[in-house]
Amino acid sequence: MIKEQKIIEVKNLFKEFKGFVAVKDVSFFVKKGEIFAFLGPNGAGKTTTIRMLTTLLRPTSGTILINGFDAITQKDDARRSFGIVFQDPSLDDELTAWENMEFHGILCQVPAEIRKKRIEELLEFVELKDRKNSLVKTFSGGMKRRLEIARGLLHHPKILFLDEPSLGLDAQTRNHLWQYIQKLNREENITVFLTTHYLEEAEKVAQRIAIIDHGQIIAQGTTLDLKKQTKTQSLEEAFLSLTGHGIREEEANGQSAFRLRHQLRR
Amino acid sequence: MEAIYIMWLRQIKRFFRNRPRLISSLGQPMLFLIALGFGLGPIFQRAGQGSYLQFLAPGVIAMSILFTAIFTGIEVIWDRQFGFLKETLVVPVSRLELMIGKTLGGATVAIFQGLLVLLITLLAGFRPTSLFSTPTAIFFMFLLAIVFTALGVVIASLLEDMHAFQLVMNFLIMPLYFLSGAIFPLEGVPRALLTAVKLDPMSYGVDGLRGTLTGIWAFSPLTDLTVLSILSLVLFFLGSWLFAQIEA
Repeated sequence: MIKEQKIIEVKNLFKEFKGFVAVKDVSFFVKKGEIFAFLGPNGAGKTTTIRMLTTLLRPTSGTILINGFDAITQKDDARRSFGIVFQDPSLDDELTAWENMEFHGILCQVPAEIRKKRIEELLEFVELKDRKNSLVKTFSGGMKRRLEIARGLLHHPKILFLDEPSLGLDAQTRNHLWQYIQKLNREENITVFLTTHYLEEAEKVAQRIAIIDHGQIIAQGTTLDLKKQTKTQSLEEAFLSLTGHGIREEEANGQSAFRLRHQLRR
Repeated sequence: MEAIYIMWLRQIKRFFRNRPRLISSLGQPMLFLIALGFGLGPIFQRAGQGSYLQFLAPGVIAMSILFTAIFTGIEVIWDRQFGFLKETLVVPVSRLELMIGKTLGGATVAIFQGLLVLLITLLAGFRPTSLFSTPTAIFFMFLLAIVFTALGVVIASLLEDMHAFQLVMNFLIMPLYFLSGAIFPLEGVPRALLTAVKLDPMSYGVDGLRGTLTGIWAFSPLTDLTVLSILSLVLFFLGSWLFAQIEA
């Protein structure tokens, strides 16, 4: 019974990039229907973990079960089970909102008759219906983010991964966004796995939290658990007490080292 | 099947929406046609080789296909940089299907471009020996387009970002074109150059097109077909394999 309720189950996960261990022996689970926040300072291994959970990156070792499917050997079944909103935009700017949705719907094998209706519904839900035939390059950051959320939900996923969904958005849009997410969680019983740097947002929406630092999980539980454990008043204080006050430089794993180089050259 | 179709459709839409690219990709062949075709024409004629435009036109068509196809393949790098690649890699579709859709999309666009340039050469005075040869010519365009779209994907899979692009342009694309026999006849060229021409896959596409359109072959139809078919298969599967290795 209890096992059935775990929709994400990660055991002894490791990821090594050319001698640098980005994720070290990470184990945790997410219960079906909960909002789970995965927090950590810059370069702690959050995005690397999400990339492994969403089949984009092969773990060095360890197991990942997504909706009961092995994310390494049953990739396509795992992929059908989740939707994702990436940290950086991942829309085709040269296509319209509708076309971006259609592209995803077809690639996720949503049957044509359901697809059309679902796209309408979702665009309405994220309030982009009247812009459905506009090219995405004309959208603001917030509109793009909303479209990505709609896209991530198109194939009726059981889990929604949100990697820093509120990054770069103004307070109004952020507020709206979290309302959507909570509504989805409540009404469609979608499990939400999110990362964010805004700890007060995590405190508000997440039922359970895991904190990762230097590639290792250093604490997990409800907000209340974490506050009790650290004898602090807010999640933010708990977070700082667990991870320290020093400023982090982004650790240079393969991807971010490349990004850094790229930025320097520009 | 639907996955292949939507990948194909995306290529087509992107191509036709990008007017500046469409126009600029016609500019280059026209420049070659005018500057070389009309500029070197008189010398060519005096050397007893006949009409240079007649010789050059198929090479210019092949060039437009080379450029369009290879850029479509290389677009994978842009997709990586702009994040869209992740979206493509997180769907439950085999990488092979994605690659087939992309390659066919690239090929369609390149053939369209080739036909457009053919039209321009006709306006400039190019006279194919018979218009019945057009279907065969299109088939050669198709093979060329597959070879170079796949090559583009291979390059894109090996490069991390666009910084090495100048390198690719100067040390791969340009040599592919200039050493292909597109702009000079092969009779009497130095041995080393002839070897280079024979090693250049582009040569067989140029020869195939020139042969079908004007009846003058440097190699033979069978050689051209064999080389291009084998190469398109090899590059397609190499591209698919490399594409499947991409992590995002």
